[in-house]
Amino acid sequence: MEETKYDFDVIRWFSIMAVVYLVVGTLVGTFIASQLAWPFLNFDIAELTFGRLRPLHTNAVIFAFGGCTLFATAFYSVQRTGGTSLWSPKMAWFTFWGWNLIIVAAVITLPLGITQSKEYAELEWPIDLAIAVVWLSFGLNFIMTIAKRKTSHIYVSNWFFMGMFVMITYLHVVNSLAIPVSLFKSYSIFSGVQDAMIQWWWGHNAVGFYLTAGFLGIMYYFVPKQANRPIFSYRLSVLHFWALMFGYVWLGAHHLQYTALPDWTGSVGAAISLAMIIPSWGGAINGMMTLSGAWDKLREDYILRFMIMSLAFYAMSTFEGPVMSAKSVNALSHYTDWTVGHVHSGALGWVAMVSAGALYHMVEKLWGVKMYSAKLVNIHFWTSTIGTVVYITAMWVSGIMQGLMWRDYDEFGTLTYTFAESVAAMHPYYAMRAIGGMIFFSGGVIMLYNVIMTIRKASTERSSTAAAATA
Amino acid sequence: MADKIHSTKLQDKAERNVFVMFVLLLVTLSVGGLVEIVPLFYLDDTMEHNKHPEIVWQANVAKADRKDLSTWKTGDGVRPYTALEQAGRDVYIREGCYLCHSQQIRPFRDEAERYGHYSLASESMYDHPFQWGSKRTGPDLARVGGKYSDEWHVQHLLAPRSVVPESVMPNYPWLMENAVDGKQLERNLKGLRMIGVPYTDADIATAADVDGKSEMEALVAYLQVLGTMANLKEGVDYRE
Repeated sequence: MEETKYDFDVIRWFSIMAVVYLVVGTLVGTFIASQLAWPFLNFDIAELTFGRLRPLHTNAVIFAFGGCTLFATAFYSVQRTGGTSLWSPKMAWFTFWGWNLIIVAAVITLPLGITQSKEYAELEWPIDLAIAVVWLSFGLNFIMTIAKRKTSHIYVSNWFFMGMFVMITYLHVVNSLAIPVSLFKSYSIFSGVQDAMIQWWWGHNAVGFYLTAGFLGIMYYFVPKQANRPIFSYRLSVLHFWALMFGYVWLGAHHLQYTALPDWTGSVGAAISLAMIIPSWGGAINGMMTLSGAWDKLREDYILRFMIMSLAFYAMSTFEGPVMSAKSVNALSHYTDWTVGHVHSGALGWVAMVSAGALYHMVEKLWGVKMYSAKLVNIHFWTSTIGTVVYITAMWVSGIMQGLMWRDYDEFGTLTYTFAESVAAMHPYYAMRAIGGMIFFSGGVIMLYNVIMTIRKASTERSSTAAAATA
Repeated sequence: MADKIHSTKLQDKAERNVFVMFVLLLVTLSVGGLVEIVPLFYLDDTMEHNKHPEIVWQANVAKADRKDLSTWKTGDGVRPYTALEQAGRDVYIREGCYLCHSQQIRPFRDEAERYGHYSLASESMYDHPFQWGSKRTGPDLARVGGKYSDEWHVQHLLAPRSVVPESVMPNYPWLMENAVDGKQLERNLKGLRMIGVPYTDADIATAADVDGKSEMEALVAYLQVLGTMANLKEGVDYRE
């Protein structure tokens, strides 16, 4: 009966691909993390070197895994919250195939060194154009589905998805402006300091809107659903939504403290970054407090555990971020592994874990069965948590150590350490980080197995009910 | 019940009409970028050569009167990359060097001693795209030019651990075998000229001379020019 009301088929496929890309993206990440600990793993093969695979890792986790998760959850929740089917299921299929083809193109071109060299926006101009078209197809379909909803008000999760859509459109168009010189090569039309500011305006908002606003949209729908309770505070969601939309855009400048970017720009970025603790924590509190009076659910419900732990990581990394954007801290942390650790506490702890929660929730609803193994969900939860903690701890230590070694002076007033000595000192932490990544990756594999077995279980149950009905 | 307003009138309107919400978002989301980015294109303070023209070669020379790159001498100031250097820069980008090496020195005592004078905005004015980087898994390269011999660079790129045992950098043996395509390089330089890099016709014609040279030679040429173009003076505050 639900089938006739909603379009779920395309969402099923987005969900499956999200889990597949979780495995692929973290596998590449674990591999390149291992290269930094054991450089022979580059194998003298151009296509496998760190410099070419790192963009593949970031693109795979952000756009392949994150993208498929966002499309699945956005198309799912917009239908459920509006009590209506998709505006155009055909266009949703176009989004699905288009997005996956873009991912295939990324997997081919990035190892070949075809890149614009803008972090998280490396893909060359023909792929950029394809991204724009597919992205607009998603946005149009999403907004038109809201327009045809049966409910009076637009539910809060949809505001966040819309904010993400608008901002990513701005960012992608401006940051990707380039002059093509061949099919596989182009040059950014901006140069130097302006190019740097535009890139980090994009770079931080890929995090702020794609990986935060979008996933807050997920949080606002799936946490109340899984907990079976209304969201803690409507007022808080209004305030935190507009504050986040207005404020996040300004943060990119904090990536360029003490560089040749004028001081005023970096200072504005740092000041607003500090203020962003308030709206960020507004979201985290709103999600967590939804459980107030029902915390006992965490004992039984492993899917809910993912969501609540993700909010804890979200609160932690949105506290850490403003601290790191303060100039005196940034002087130490910039250029070090601390930044890498910070990104991963957000990406693994927040984004991947809230996604896992939402995907498990959807798999049960979309296929109409309970997960094949609740125990495996629990094991996945613990591998994710432990893997993330090992990873970020390693990066805290190595990052702060790097920063301190680079600026250390001996009693004669000369630099204590050569750069090479700081590289050697990182080895144990790079090994530890790779192990943290492996633990996290193994959880992804467990999830994929569990999801496949759940789908198989659903199809056997369906055929046996059908057989019973005929008998 | 459905008509009750739970917040403000404007918020209620936006929650009932997706297009109102859409327009509000368009406006809200544009402010930060406009305020932080647009002034960088017209505020004179952004580029140091507005106050110190000597750091950029032919800073105030009209397009028609510009001399060819071949007349540039060391210390004349920031200039576009030669054809060979640009070919090397393309390799630098392709191999993702910027993911482990920054090109942006901050105004700290330790960075001055380790890497040299802090970087200026004018120094990367011809850098499409910028290569400031965000991570120092390896050292900063903004002023690596002239610090090591060409032979050292070749050896280091072929087998980093043979000269720096602690290094975790990959080996780049294929740079010796790959040759620069002069035709494509010419198109690249023309493209760069279209977006504002002041190449003369003669500059672009030099792309043909680079044809067939190894990518190794090109990359080393690029590394050797980094940070050496401008003659920066101690005691001058370029970023007042």
